[in-house]
Amino acid sequence: MSDQSTTSIRIALAGNPNCGKTTIFNNITGAKQHVGNYPGVTVEKKEGECTFSGKDLLFIDLPGTYSLTARSLDELVARNVIINDEPDVLVNVIDASNLERNLYLAAQLLELERPLVMALNMSDVAKEMGVHIDIKKLSELTGATIVETVGRNNVGTTELLQAVIDVAKEAKKPSATIDYGPELEPAIKDIVNELEKADTITYPLRWVAIKLLEADPDVIKKVKAFERTEAVLAKAEQWREELKDKVDLEIIFQEFRHSFAVATYNNAIKGTPKEIETRSDRIDKVLTHRIWGLPIFVFVMWLLFNLVNTIGAYPQGWIEDAFTALGDWAGAVIPEGQLNSLVVDGIIAGVGAVMSFVPLIVLLFLGIAFLEDTGYMARAAFVMDRIMRACGLHGKSFIPLLMGYGCSIPTIMGARILDNNRDRMITILVSQFMTCSARLPVYTLFIGAFFPVAQRGNVLAAIYFAGIVLAIVMAKIFRKFLFPGESEPFVMELPPYHMPTLKSVLMHMWERAFLYLKKAGTFILAASVLIWFLASYPQDVPMSQDFDAARDQVTQEYEARDNAILLQYGIATDEQKAPVMAMVDEMTAIQTEQDEAAAEEGEEEIGDEGLNGEAAATDEAATAEDANAAPEVPDYFHDLQVANADAFPVAWAIYLNNQEKDEAIGDLDQKESTEKLEGSYVASIGKFIEPVMRPLGFDWKMSVSLVTALAAKEVMVSTLGTIYSIAADEDNEQPLQVYLRQDPSFTPLVAVGLMMFVLIYPPCFAAMAVFKREAGGWGWLTFFVVYSTALAWVAAFIVYNGGRLLGFH
Amino acid sequence: MIKSLASMKTGEAGTIKQLRGSGNIKHRLVDMGLVPGTFVRVMKFAPLGDPIEIKVKNFDLALRVSEAETIDIEVSQEA
Repeated sequence: MSDQSTTSIRIALAGNPNCGKTTIFNNITGAKQHVGNYPGVTVEKKEGECTFSGKDLLFIDLPGTYSLTARSLDELVARNVIINDEPDVLVNVIDASNLERNLYLAAQLLELERPLVMALNMSDVAKEMGVHIDIKKLSELTGATIVETVGRNNVGTTELLQAVIDVAKEAKKPSATIDYGPELEPAIKDIVNELEKADTITYPLRWVAIKLLEADPDVIKKVKAFERTEAVLAKAEQWREELKDKVDLEIIFQEFRHSFAVATYNNAIKGTPKEIETRSDRIDKVLTHRIWGLPIFVFVMWLLFNLVNTIGAYPQGWIEDAFTALGDWAGAVIPEGQLNSLVVDGIIAGVGAVMSFVPLIVLLFLGIAFLEDTGYMARAAFVMDRIMRACGLHGKSFIPLLMGYGCSIPTIMGARILDNNRDRMITILVSQFMTCSARLPVYTLFIGAFFPVAQRGNVLAAIYFAGIVLAIVMAKIFRKFLFPGESEPFVMELPPYHMPTLKSVLMHMWERAFLYLKKAGTFILAASVLIWFLASYPQDVPMSQDFDAARDQVTQEYEARDNAILLQYGIATDEQKAPVMAMVDEMTAIQTEQDEAAAEEGEEEIGDEGLNGEAAATDEAATAEDANAAPEVPDYFHDLQVANADAFPVAWAIYLNNQEKDEAIGDLDQKESTEKLEGSYVASIGKFIEPVMRPLGFDWKMSVSLVTALAAKEVMVSTLGTIYSIAADEDNEQPLQVYLRQDPSFTPLVAVGLMMFVLIYPPCFAAMAVFKREAGGWGWLTFFVVYSTALAWVAAFIVYNGGRLLGFH
Repeated sequence: MIKSLASMKTGEAGTIKQLRGSGNIKHRLVDMGLVPGTFVRVMKFAPLGDPIEIKVKNFDLALRVSEAETIDIEVSQEA
């Protein structure tokens, strides 16, 4: 039987949403899948292949649709694949437990005149429900080859593949046609005649005739593109005029297709299934309960949010640590210089940034796949739709937007759960208003620096709230001006609940992570290298002094002092020196350990720390005052002191001297990096845009930090740290806060304006990369960047100038 | 008794008489099987009173009240 022909068979899989089409696709093709987009549109294209009895089978998984009109992008894409690519076999996956409705799509597939195989899926569920389908009869009525399958248990897959090969060999078109009745049939035949006369159109003629009578805009456009079709179009128009008073042309064809589905269904089933309360109905009674529905939804969202953002933060941290370690290693191995800097600060930091988002995406899509596959996602939209509609959004938008409080990237990618492109675009266009976690350190920095403890919580809450208000306002504006026209109906199937298979959830998850890495990853990497370049070049910045020489000088000075101290204590020989130096090393090690422990403690308290910086800052001042008095020996050196009372004084003196030296060199390093940054391209950009930022009260320092923060929002903190010549990052903000307060150009009002700007202007490069991919191109990304930057400017302008008018400063 | 789907109570059922809407909304409703002569039952209202869940052709369908208002039902079964 194995006909060793080398040509492969091309198969398109069509079916309703939730009919189990994807499960069957996965069963057939396994890991051999390619996911991409159809050219020019954001509809996902999935292809896969397998080999069966010596034949190569190429499968294309069409978008799940209920119909094949030109009114929805998914439907248009699905039918264009069928009429343009002319697959050798069309496989219509049918939910047997929902046969009547599924036959409506089948009726439209029949009209496309491709060899047809029907996979009667979920046949087990149908039997449970008391629906007994006469397969032979159904095959007669539809002219299709029929195979029973249970996708979840991988039952019937080989039979399906065999049927596909058999049907492909015969290349038999389905014999059944839909009878459109005595009024429409003459019109259809007349137009078919006209099409035959023109003899230019390559599509199924009867289907074209029907679509012309339906005034399908896409088909009219396609027909126009062929030669000698003017007469056809005129004929169709003439028939429409004639028929429009006799029948409701708008839905008459759909009604006949339904009649076909109903008649076929009634003829093909044995016995009448009863209207019974299924297990799904009982689950639904709880999950969408009038009173409990919303609290349950809130709880599910809480779980999902914590899965992604709280649990996801651990692997994210590990990946970041691993890349930091890799960077340290590479920094040590590669000789100092530009290559070192490119590899460590550019490439490794960039790849690290790309990889660190992977856990979030994987976990989000694990959650979403589970919610979608169980059927709860549709219920979530059902419960939330009323609220979200008031905001100009769709019920399902809530889920991706909520994720935005962790990270914008899952929001933009998660918006794919919205079937309608307009809803999806509006959702991702307002995604940045959900304050992502990377912006929190920026807010805590400024709030901690400029607001008294009692007000801090309120200010933070006000910023989050401002984001929500902006999201609602902008969503409404976009709905009205950017995506105008007839609003999309909210007519949504609530599929029966069922337990998803582990395989389908994992495959769904893997697809997303892969998409992210493939498309966004390269962009993020390139952007990170760009930012690195702008911040570290030009290299030959004129410096105020020769820092290397200054460092050498400091080192020599302190070495001389070391020797003086040793002499003072009568230590001259190397043998005498060795134990003292060993003790100093030990003290340094103890100190490092103490510092690390303190830092860790600080990290644990990070939530409080950010908002209680005032107390710590006062401590700082106190420490500075004490610096002149002789330092006391800290407790943790006590054991050492007791054990070695003789040598301790000299070791302590040298230890203090070393500490002072490290501090002096640290100061020089800081000054050098500040001067380097001031001379870099980034600073030039900051200074260049300063005049534009002036009306907002921002000086060049803030402008520079806003530019570097495009790489990632938390970078703003470290940039300001570098500018103010002080080591600071998102975990250690207090010293920087002191400096910010002392800077006369920084006032609480400026800080609020700056926070508004950070809230609104584009999130990080990573988010922009994902945005470009998901929105469908550079045009949308440009629009997004321009609109959000302009809005950020306006908001900060209003805050700053309005605030001044009201007497704030 | 004929009334709009939106004004039916939970548990009530009947047959679709007429669709008064137009354009996309009407097409979507028809594509989902809501054609005259089809039997539908109101299953429940969402917690905030909108959308509505109905059973039609043995599956559950959610639609907004504004859309349900365009569908006239000949009520045949009380709640």
